[in-house]
Amino acid sequence: MERLNEIWQSIRTNKLRTFLTGFSVGWGIFMLVLLLGLGNGMQNGTRDKFKDDAINSIAISGGQTSLSHDGLLPGRRIKFKNEDYDLIKKEIEGVEKITARVAKWRSFSVSYGDKSAAYRVRGTHPDHKFVEKTIIRQGRFLNELDLEQNRKVCVISEQIEDELFDGESAMGKWLSLSGTTFRVVGIFVDEGSEGENGILYLPITTAQVAFGRADNIDRIIFTTGEASLEETQAMAEKVRQMAAAKHHFSPNDPRAIHIRNNYEEFKRISDVIDVMKSFFWLIGILTIFAGIIGVSNIMLITVQERTKEIGIRKSIGASPLSIVSMIVQESILITGIFGYIGLFLAVVLLELVAKVVPNTGAVISNPTVDFTTALWALAVLIVSGSLAALIPSLKAARIKPVEALSAD
Amino acid sequence: MIQLTGIEKSYTTGATSLKVLKGVDLNIKEGELVSIMGSSGSGKSTLLNILGILDNYDSGDYRIDTQQIKGLSETEAARFRGQFIGFVFQSFNLISFKNAMENVALPLYYKGVKKKERNRRALHYLEKVGLKEWAHHLPSELSGGQKQRVAIARALITEPRLILADEPTGALDSKTSQEVMDLLKEINKEGKTIVVVTHERDIAEQTDRTIMLKDGMVLND
Repeated sequence: MERLNEIWQSIRTNKLRTFLTGFSVGWGIFMLVLLLGLGNGMQNGTRDKFKDDAINSIAISGGQTSLSHDGLLPGRRIKFKNEDYDLIKKEIEGVEKITARVAKWRSFSVSYGDKSAAYRVRGTHPDHKFVEKTIIRQGRFLNELDLEQNRKVCVISEQIEDELFDGESAMGKWLSLSGTTFRVVGIFVDEGSEGENGILYLPITTAQVAFGRADNIDRIIFTTGEASLEETQAMAEKVRQMAAAKHHFSPNDPRAIHIRNNYEEFKRISDVIDVMKSFFWLIGILTIFAGIIGVSNIMLITVQERTKEIGIRKSIGASPLSIVSMIVQESILITGIFGYIGLFLAVVLLELVAKVVPNTGAVISNPTVDFTTALWALAVLIVSGSLAALIPSLKAARIKPVEALSAD
Repeated sequence: MIQLTGIEKSYTTGATSLKVLKGVDLNIKEGELVSIMGSSGSGKSTLLNILGILDNYDSGDYRIDTQQIKGLSETEAARFRGQFIGFVFQSFNLISFKNAMENVALPLYYKGVKKKERNRRALHYLEKVGLKEWAHHLPSELSGGQKQRVAIARALITEPRLILADEPTGALDSKTSQEVMDLLKEINKEGKTIVVVTHERDIAEQTDRTIMLKDGMVLND
């Protein structure tokens, strides 16, 4: 406390010099934190983008052949059936959760009592809730028995419940869908895009009958557990080979089926962001480094200006160590205070940006720095403060009282 | 109390070496008020710096009591200065951003004395030099004579054995000079050993003993 007072007195004596010294460091920290916050924001933005579905999922859907193969002409449609689902489930190693999906392009009119609205309808397996990251709010999702017995049950979104049931609970109620009635067994929400919240799920077997789709399916989606990027790529390739053999298209045909490896895309984008984040650190550190050199320079001038004062202090019993610690502590205090201001302003600016930027669908989302990052910035501050003072303070300690006292 | 035997000191600038002190022998007893006189270039300032452990010497022997002062590290020298010696300078050498009390108290800061005790003692010494009412004024608000009295209070606060005064009246008019000399004489009467460096004969005449320096040697004692 006493030392602080001593330092405070000499800082106060030269306000402009102190301000200029501190400004460069404050600016450096401001930039560092701002860049780190933006880096975090980009990472969060990406994570949001992938929030809709499981990151480790692979989705396969049929396409149209573009190469002739086995004497068949190009332009043929490839359609998946139940047996393709069974085959992938049985033959592909590493499949964790798997579901097929059947859907109609157009929406269905769904009604309860005298209310009705149009919603999209999907038939799926029970595992669909894992690959789509469906969150069950009430009741349950579809189960194996629903599928075996072609039960007329459905799982609806909270949005549908709100729109059709007027504040009543939808659980156990009967909905009418194109003249057939289905009992509501579960209510869900989806954190993904808006469109995922206007959906009604049916057991896939029931849906195939209701849509008149026999054993056709539109899409097969499975998750790959803890598999690495290379393993997921190998799995996707194996699926392609298997489907090619079964449906007689060339394994090299890029259009015959579509395979979307979510993990591959996630990895690609997050790798880019990782590189950018390291780059941000680099720029931030370099900015601070420029600040340190500035502080160091100004402290050198300070020591020069205060030669006489240091001489006086030495003549009345100040040891070289106490002079070094005086200069270093002054520097740390200056960098500390101004750095903290820089840190504070950057956090405020980031909070403002976070408020302005929409919550979903943006490149940047929630661009804030966490506590650990702030601690790191603080550590950088203290280290840079002492670094900045190192050379000037050693110079001050070497001042000979005789020469200092005769200096004017 | 102070014993100098054959002290030599030369300064080297580039290729030329200038011998400033050419074997100074000197004895100062406890409680003496001594003046050192000499024209500029006689080596009196160099001698004072050596006495004050602000500078080192090339050869010879310097003792305070029986303690040999030679080859000390900067830290040790700082400790001895704080313990044995108080300084009074021609240009006062007060720290401009500290008030009179803080300036007087500063040597105690480096001895680790607590602030309250420091300020209490500083006020005591300011009272002794007749400046208690000026304790909270900055040096820039004080007259030359007042500044020098603050400096004397600062020199006294660690209760040193020896006060070294380098041209203490050099920047003051004759009336103020006399006030400062009266103060020094009073302090001497209380038993402090004081060495005054001066080039003014009427200042030197007021001391018990005058040592004349010429060309780096003691001319007469």
